Amino acid sequence: MAFSLSAEQERELGRILSRYPNKMAATIPVLHLCQAANENWVSDDVIQFVADKLEVGTAHVKGVVTFYTLFNQSKPGKHQVWVCRTLSCALRGAEGILHHCEKRLKIHAGETTADGKVTLRTAECLASCGSAPMMQVDKTYHENLTTERVDEILDRLIAD
Amino acid sequence: MLQKTTFLSHSYAKPDGHTLAAYESAGGYKNARKALGMSRDAVVDEVKKAKIRGRGGAGFDCGTKWTFMPKESKKPCYLVVNADEGEPGTFKDRTIMERNPHSVVEGCIIGCFGIGAHAAYIYVRDELHLSKERLWAAIEEARAKGYLGQKPFGLDYPVEVYVQTGAGAYICGEETALLNSLEGRRGEPRYKPPFPAQVGAFGCPTTVNNLETIAIVPTVIGMGGEAFCKLSTLAEFNDGGSRLFGVSGHVKTPGVFECSVGLTLRELIYDLGGGILGDKRLLAVIPGGSSCPVMLPEELVNVPGDPRFEPYNGKSVLDLPLGVETFRSVGGMLGTCCAIVLSEDADPVLALHNLMRFYRHESCGQCTPCREGCGWIERILDKIVEGRATLDELDQLHRIASDITGNTICAFGDGAAQPVLSFVKKFRKQFEDYVLTGGKSQTKKLVA
Repeated sequence: MAFSLSAEQERELGRILSRYPNKMAATIPVLHLCQAANENWVSDDVIQFVADKLEVGTAHVKGVVTFYTLFNQSKPGKHQVWVCRTLSCALRGAEGILHHCEKRLKIHAGETTADGKVTLRTAECLASCGSAPMMQVDKTYHENLTTERVDEILDRLIAD
Repeated sequence: MLQKTTFLSHSYAKPDGHTLAAYESAGGYKNARKALGMSRDAVVDEVKKAKIRGRGGAGFDCGTKWTFMPKESKKPCYLVVNADEGEPGTFKDRTIMERNPHSVVEGCIIGCFGIGAHAAYIYVRDELHLSKERLWAAIEEARAKGYLGQKPFGLDYPVEVYVQTGAGAYICGEETALLNSLEGRRGEPRYKPPFPAQVGAFGCPTTVNNLETIAIVPTVIGMGGEAFCKLSTLAEFNDGGSRLFGVSGHVKTPGVFECSVGLTLRELIYDLGGGILGDKRLLAVIPGGSSCPVMLPEELVNVPGDPRFEPYNGKSVLDLPLGVETFRSVGGMLGTCCAIVLSEDADPVLALHNLMRFYRHESCGQCTPCREGCGWIERILDKIVEGRATLDELDQLHRIASDITGNTICAFGDGAAQPVLSFVKKFRKQFEDYVLTGGKSQTKKLVA
């Protein structure tokens, strides 16, 4: 089924375009907008839609999608969890937090739970080094984590 | 010398510190109004006198960078603010965006005026949702008050400020990669020259400044460049003012602290950071983000023939004030002034392994030495950690890292090579121990 945006999302697209001297510059913000409107992933239909809207080739859009890690090329779980594992977090126990998440969700990093609720990922430095260990859940940072805190957060996601 | 300041952080503890009302009650936007009443040259002059070394890691003088912009330009000019904070260990810009976003907007107005631009793009990494939200809210508040738009403060100098978002790529913190990303492309760095001041965003003259650099500009205009510069004890090293310092890893109270330039690593770790977790011994410190060479407390300053170094020669590098020139002179790098601290509990071999996974993951893949080299280094480190490597392979690490250095389009390659070269040199015994005995005498853990 072809991808399209709601009237409000189309207005947002117009606001984005107004910020740049050309349409191509809007590629990344428009991809974010469309990804959010497409269950958090960029399908071939989305790529075609963005290419048409911005009057650029599909190869350009696909090139951008594959370069940046935050554009999902397949459908993720309802909630996305990123555990930061770069040095400052690793020094404060990031590996333990990640293993705890894996055990609790019964999946490995990079996988989605069978019920499609949670995708667990690792992340490289999320600029939260002073409050390590930390993880990002959808748009929210959870910092100074303990395994008890992680349990509370994951319980809420699983129940949602 | 530990001298706390509050130019940026005065609002940090206030719950409404990010609002226009709080910012203005502390004197906010007075300085942008003042700057727009000065001549463009006079504004640039004040910034030059302030000797603000770029806060993003490269340490280039901000005022000098502004003078590279054309006086007359047929094309539009742009100010681009780099808030793609992602250097491991660095978490200072985020505090400004979340808790003092108006300082950034005011800095953008002054910056635009100083370089002859009418539009500023603040490029924020996508993960920082609260930062983006706070910046947009600040822009809207400032616009509603008439501080942005066609006639800021009723004066005839149009300024627009926009927030642009990335999508998860460390390399976009490199200024030319950032420009490509801003233009809607893959974030692959560009060849220089041409430099951004000639051909930057959308083919137009552009200045790219770090977010903290821009946020401190209103303070400079307010107190005058010279007075700001003198806050620093390193003014004779052309390193002026005050800045944010961060400390993370094995310290008791990690965080971001605003202080005059001239702070030492010892003060950052023991006074501000509260000392090492469990009062253990300090093993090593990476002074300013992971791309800086790692330093050991037993390393001594030895810069003969320069009278400015006389007070420090023979002392530990921990007692050398943190400055761009001071650290360059001792074979180190200041970077972003956000230190990662390793106690004696940390295994340096695992620390390098962790960092090189990061660099392999974040190499954009454009240049062969970096793309292949980072992967190769990580694979050898995999073998070392697993106790399957040979001494030949350990030596190979040095060769591969050396071959990346200077052979790539951007500085990422050098940034990836520095940790390898410094860790392997300074912890040779520990690396050899992994090769010869499987790491029997090492802690084999990173947590304290």
